[in-house]
Amino acid sequence: MSEWWTYRPEDFLLFSPRVYWRLFELHNAALWPGQFAAVALLAVLVWLAAARPAGHARLITAALALAWAFTGWAFVWSRTATINWAAEYLAPLFAIEALLLALVAVLGGLRGRRSGIATVAGWLLVALAAAQPLLAPVSGRGWAAAEIFAIAPDPTAIATLGLLLTLRGPMVWALVPIPLLWCALSALTLWTMGEPAAAALPLAACLVTLAALLAVAVQTRAGAPVPRS
Amino acid sequence: MTTTRRNILAAGLGGAMAALLPLQSVGAQTTGVQAAPARRTIPSSGDTIAAVGLGTWITFNVGDDPVLRDECMEVMAAFFAAGGQMIDSSPMYGSAQAVVGDGLTRLGRPEALFSADKVWISDGDAGPAQIEQSRQLWGVPAFDLVQVHNLLAWREHLATLGDMKADGRLRYLGITTSEGRRHDLFEDVMRRQPLDFVQLSYTIVDREAEERLLPMAMDRGIAVIVNRPFRQGALTRQLEGEPLPGWAAEIGATTWAQAILKFILSHPAVTTVIPATTRVDHVRENLAASTGPMPDAALRARMAADVAAL
Ligand SMILES: NC(=O)c1ccc[n+]([C@@H]2O[C@H](COP(=O)([O-])OP(=O)(O)OC[C@H]3O[C@@H](n4cnc5c(N)ncnc54)[C@H](OP(=O)(O)O)[C@@H]3O)[C@@H](O)[C@H]2O)c1
Repeated sequence: MSEWWTYRPEDFLLFSPRVYWRLFELHNAALWPGQFAAVALLAVLVWLAAARPAGHARLITAALALAWAFTGWAFVWSRTATINWAAEYLAPLFAIEALLLALVAVLGGLRGRRSGIATVAGWLLVALAAAQPLLAPVSGRGWAAAEIFAIAPDPTAIATLGLLLTLRGPMVWALVPIPLLWCALSALTLWTMGEPAAAALPLAACLVTLAALLAVAVQTRAGAPVPRS
Repeated sequence: MTTTRRNILAAGLGGAMAALLPLQSVGAQTTGVQAAPARRTIPSSGDTIAAVGLGTWITFNVGDDPVLRDECMEVMAAFFAAGGQMIDSSPMYGSAQAVVGDGLTRLGRPEALFSADKVWISDGDAGPAQIEQSRQLWGVPAFDLVQVHNLLAWREHLATLGDMKADGRLRYLGITTSEGRRHDLFEDVMRRQPLDFVQLSYTIVDREAEERLLPMAMDRGIAVIVNRPFRQGALTRQLEGEPLPGWAAEIGATTWAQAILKFILSHPAVTTVIPATTRVDHVRENLAASTGPMPDAALRARMAADVAAL
């Protein structure tokens, strides 16, 4: 693109806020009452991460793989693509993340993290993802436009980051880049749309995750005992 | 599109479509009978066209949403009912082409339509396939105008469009830019290539085009389409709270939007301005701006100075 420096983020925004929020309304209506199953799934994942029964990391990553595959196909590919041709480049990211998560579920290698900054950050993000559906009614868009884990991409990405921070193992580093990238893109889109309150959530998820990972990396490097399960 | 018969048909169709509109918009129509929009001559053919068209960037990218598609259809119905003709879109605008096509089908394919689309792909060889896909989305037998969007692969695409025009598959060809980008190259292409239309940004606060591009269009007999007349709504929002100056009454402008459009349309090089809107009342207001008195050079200077001072 020539004279690229003359372009602003809003030059790439193809749709209005109203059209964007209506996507969630239409999607929720199409999946109703599947929202109950999605909320129940998140509750089960929270229990698995908290109680840490045998095989909990495999179950968590397997469930997250399903959530990414479904959200990527049903929302990003099938719905967002109707208003944003860039969705065709974004949906494959969801497929890749789903495959990575499935791979980790099969191969194993992740374990629970008992305490420390990363765990606190993880639970904070899980709480944000669980609370995200409230944002729609609070912002006056109504429950119909609520963004719900495993149905909408933002809470899926935020909950994934949160749950991954409650786990440990080298594969965590391979699993966080795509959710991080998604949260950054989403924050930029919402900010450009003139929705700073909505942008704050994915932006906070990015910052909290990066800060937590940095803390883990610094602790590991300094040889400080990283809290383990 | 340009003959009296077509104008009469357009007016008749408009009436028929108004009858089809839901109550909500019919209610808004009770503001009285609107005068037909002014017409401008397309220099390369001598045909005339309504001076206010309709853009579709963002406003018509509503995907499959049935509620929003209905709203777009209502805007189109009001547009044709008020004598509008040119609808401008692009493969870059998400679902806008499909939404226009859907609206045209539901409105019974208004004869008044002047279809203006673009080719926007960096591979010149892929141009014909993209234009064909766009044509199918619009559901028109052929486009009236295809423009090379933002000069992307302009050499290859202009060759394609030239061939299509020679074969009778296209009436007009052109190029576009916006927000003052690549004016040097734009001017060069205007000077060297046989163009029917150019599309560029020109507003009461963005007047760079007056220096070279608009005079060149007049010299070379090229029709001018003005995009982003309201800076994508930023200008109308900025002026919203300001009282209309006394000169607005002199030119029959009842809103800032109309004053801005009259400023643009009073430049002698301008053929058509294509504001985009999601609102039936705005589309009527915009079309009405082309009627009545236009500012002369002295008043244009005053208008620009007053707006700059706000
Ligand atoms: N490079 C290119 O080829 C290029 C680049 C840019 C644009 N374009 C074309 O030019 C068209 C127009 O440009 P644009 O869409 O960027 O911006 P625009 O027409 O300058 O502004 C559109 C905005 O103005 C508002 N508006 C319309 N009529 C109004 C009125 N009477 N009073 C108050 N507000 C009004 C609309 O809001 P409401 O919905 O509330 O009415 C809409 O948000 C595009 O749609 C596209 O077709 C082409």
